[in-house]
Amino acid sequence: MNALEVRDLTLRFGAVTAFEGVSFDVERGELFAVIGPNGAGKSSLFNALSRVYEPGAGSVRLEGRDFLRVRRDRLAALGVARSFQNLGVFPHLTVLENVLVGRHHLMRCGVLRGGLGLAGREERRHRAAALEALEFVGLGAHRGTPVQLLPYGHRKRVELARCLAMEPRLMLLDEPVAGMNAGERAEITALVRRLREERELTVLLVEHDMGMVMEVADRVLVLDFGVPIACGTPAEIQCDERVIRAYLGEELDDRVAA
Amino acid sequence: MTEFLQLLFQGLSLGATYALVALGFAVVYRSSGVINFAQGAMLLLGAYAISWLAVDLGVAFGLAVLAATIVLALGGAGLHALVLRRVVGQPTFVLVMITIGVGIAVTHGVEAAFGPDRRLLGDPWGSSAFEAGGVVVNTVKVWGIAVTALALAAYFAFDRYTRWGLAMQATAADEEATLSVGVPVRRVHAATWAMAGALATLGGLFLAGFPGAPQPALGDAALRAFPAVVVGGLGSPVGAVVGGVLIGVIEVLTSGYAPESLGTNFYAVAPYIAMIAILLVRPYGLFGARPVERV
Repeated sequence: MNALEVRDLTLRFGAVTAFEGVSFDVERGELFAVIGPNGAGKSSLFNALSRVYEPGAGSVRLEGRDFLRVRRDRLAALGVARSFQNLGVFPHLTVLENVLVGRHHLMRCGVLRGGLGLAGREERRHRAAALEALEFVGLGAHRGTPVQLLPYGHRKRVELARCLAMEPRLMLLDEPVAGMNAGERAEITALVRRLREERELTVLLVEHDMGMVMEVADRVLVLDFGVPIACGTPAEIQCDERVIRAYLGEELDDRVAA
Repeated sequence: MTEFLQLLFQGLSLGATYALVALGFAVVYRSSGVINFAQGAMLLLGAYAISWLAVDLGVAFGLAVLAATIVLALGGAGLHALVLRRVVGQPTFVLVMITIGVGIAVTHGVEAAFGPDRRLLGDPWGSSAFEAGGVVVNTVKVWGIAVTALALAAYFAFDRYTRWGLAMQATAADEEATLSVGVPVRRVHAATWAMAGALATLGGLFLAGFPGAPQPALGDAALRAFPAVVVGGLGSPVGAVVGGVLIGVIEVLTSGYAPESLGTNFYAVAPYIAMIAILLVRPYGLFGARPVERV
């Protein structure tokens, strides 16, 4: 069974079509990337897949289950974690607390069991898991720092650590290197690659940065004006004529000849 | 000395009640960034609900308090479900305006239903008191302090030992991100408003105890507890409690010791003077989160 099956997904805002007839499968353990020029519908597709927008038609199945009918706060428990393009961290909370929130759906102690004093052992377990995720992204030493004091690249790593601490099977990454300098971009790219190599994870990556995608993706879907124009390995995509045309435009001669 | 102890005891007792009211403000502010101006009206409604159940219907007092607390908690959650949830995505200011409107409507509704006069609370303590070391101790004040301590302990245990404490803080910072980690954000909000309702009922119970009574002006007490919230630091539960006790003590000590030349009602102004003095030194209150900025 595929991790994710998207069939004929369509999203419209009034008369404007964000994307139309998008179908693809993401295999288990695969890093699948969606790219496209500005305005191609990448972000809209991401938002539909993370359930921020309600698609008008089509279906999405998550390991066979109807993904579009799951309550949004239940997605985490089904093993779906997401990152945000503009960061979804909690500035006032410390780095460790930010990651710990990611384990909310794994925590069992409610008012009753907490009242019986059983919360302590569970809390230690979750703290250990959160710390482990922080060590993975290289922020173990910053655990007590409020997130708002960290530079942008570090905050992104806090967010990725939180995703990791959620123990997801599918990770949705929304333009993780957007707005970063070259150094930060290289760090995050390396981190995403390690995520994928060292954890049993399926990753769906929506990204503007071609360099990053070509470096980490197993397969790439290219959108242009809301329509899929190509899907294949990075090598195939790089020499696909339609893709080159979408990114670079048609040559004047061709148009004259046509 | 005896006079001082007497005033100190009264101050602590008033402060405990203020702490309950202030915690109601802080809980809502911490998880939604909204200053709940309906807190006073909720408190008024709680006191009247107890009075109505105990006096008019003859329900046993303890049961009346329990029932009123539950009803107000449901009312708080209902306010969120029916009204506040529908303005999600609007600026916080819109929510604050709604709480002001709800507060006015509830206050006048209560007055229309029960009239402008003082009512009986129906409590078994009345004005009963005993003497301890020369200090007159009203039974109602002992209960006030004890119930407050219990309610605060319950709240802080809930905040520290269940997963909802952290989830509530996360919700205030970024709802979309909180939702993405599997926190049912709506339920978090409903729970906060339910807590605000329950805390308001307990606050109303003791504010309406001797020498007070259920009366329409009772809701103003929330405004008297407001300096406590600000002094403690908006959104800090610990600060709300410390601020509440502090403001209560200041108010009562001033009423006892302020020279007559300052006027008879100077005690009502004193908490605000203390608030301004504290804010000059600590602009975010005693326990408020100072917004740190990277430079």
